[in-house]
Amino acid sequence: MVRIAIVDYGVGNLHSIRRGLEIAGAQTKITHEPAEIAAADAIVLPGVGAFKSAMQELGANLDIIRQVVSAGRPLLGICLGMQLLLTWSEEGGHAEGLGLIPGKVVKLPRIQKVPHMGWNSLKIEREHPFLAGIQSGTHVYFVHSYFVRPEDEVAVLATTTYGIEFPSVVVRGPVIGTQFHPEKSSGAGLQMLRNFVGIAGSKKVVR
Amino acid sequence: MEMRLRNYPQFKIHLKCKRFPSSKFFPKVPFLNRKKVTYCRELSIRSEFANWGMQMLTKRIIPCLDVLNARVVKGIRFKQLRDAGDPAELARWYDEQGADEVVFLDIGASPEGREAMFGVVERTARQLFIPLTVGGGIRSLEHIGRMLHSGADKTAINTAAVENPELVRAAAKRYGSQCIVIAIDAKLVGGGKWEVYTYGGRKPTGVDAVEWARRVESFGAGEILLTSMDADGTRAGYDLELTQKIASAVSIPIIASGGAGSPQHIYDVLTATEADAALAAGIFHFGVYSVGDVKRYLHGRGVPVRL
Repeated sequence: MVRIAIVDYGVGNLHSIRRGLEIAGAQTKITHEPAEIAAADAIVLPGVGAFKSAMQELGANLDIIRQVVSAGRPLLGICLGMQLLLTWSEEGGHAEGLGLIPGKVVKLPRIQKVPHMGWNSLKIEREHPFLAGIQSGTHVYFVHSYFVRPEDEVAVLATTTYGIEFPSVVVRGPVIGTQFHPEKSSGAGLQMLRNFVGIAGSKKVVR
Repeated sequence: MEMRLRNYPQFKIHLKCKRFPSSKFFPKVPFLNRKKVTYCRELSIRSEFANWGMQMLTKRIIPCLDVLNARVVKGIRFKQLRDAGDPAELARWYDEQGADEVVFLDIGASPEGREAMFGVVERTARQLFIPLTVGGGIRSLEHIGRMLHSGADKTAINTAAVENPELVRAAAKRYGSQCIVIAIDAKLVGGGKWEVYTYGGRKPTGVDAVEWARRVESFGAGEILLTSMDADGTRAGYDLELTQKIASAVSIPIIASGGAGSPQHIYDVLTATEADAALAAGIFHFGVYSVGDVKRYLHGRGVPVRL
């Protein structure tokens, strides 16, 4: 059974993520212990709140996460968790991120109401196992004020339009990020969590 | 009418009034404020999304469950009660039915009931994969924190906000505006004015609803859940005038509540007003219409909904 560590760094509630992954067949552990995170087959980095404080809260786990990723183990960053994957964010002026996906995080322009909150649709740009069974036009649940700008266009798996077109799913090697909350996106979200468990399972076999 | 925004000159904006689509004359449209148009009010942009090929937020359909001592009941005009099941099961069923969010309203007043609610929310969060908002008797920052920690995505605050507006500010700062919904119960007093009521619609406050909505926005509320006391339970339609008055006064999302009796009513409130979501209880609970019925009806008439 795939063991997934859900990093608990005091942000948001993790019940739905945990349950979604469990329904998909994974064994989950909500933890902030570096040893437990390092031992997992895959990591989920959830996130709600402010960039800087989240990075601070992660503390020692920053290096663990980088280690796990360089070992080729899958990492799923959700919402703020996805933003933390980038090099830096302009939130609060300037904040350093994990740097796992080169690029930056910028504020959504006020063309439409900010934060972007509600159900919006995905436009699939590239195929990837994470999006298996998901079509363009599928609605997912967003709540955010910043968006990511990866340096490499190839990193963008899906986009969403809200005043501007922004990346809603990004990927780089074993690292996947979703701007929306799959655990709050009903059936479509559960499908993606299932796909992530599948990816984690196949990587585990390879190891 | 075409214009360009000062800060985003690359975007061409076509303005059209949703209510009077053939009108070319903005100043004559009663509820369209020119100042807001300049700063990009959602109304103006949404009506022309087809020209931009723009995707956008769907209108949300939100079933509401009244919960008393961990059981679902349904109040009519805030009075009579009818039992209808287990909150967690019912919420999960609504998720399967296509609801965009679910609201739990704790209508009990006892400390035991309040305590039981945390357990209900925890159980629900483990089987629900759409956003959950919980309200009813939430009075303090600690209570909000505990509710969010138990699994609620948002907390709805009503009486406590009116009696202590600083709570709104503190909660928005601590937990983020997106978690803070201010529930406003309003009753018509005449002359186009509505009064805010607290304590489950029992206590008049003398506060003007529109003014109050503006204030809560300034304090950091993420959303407003607006219930018309006059329409609530009547199944005769939402209070469109009240809803539009509040929706046009603020920039945060408005969830309209009170009066839904048919899919047509929901269509009306989502098209004749700037409401972002429609909340309903009775029409869903008694199986008269399903969430799917409502969404298909709306979709068939061009309202953007998640199917």
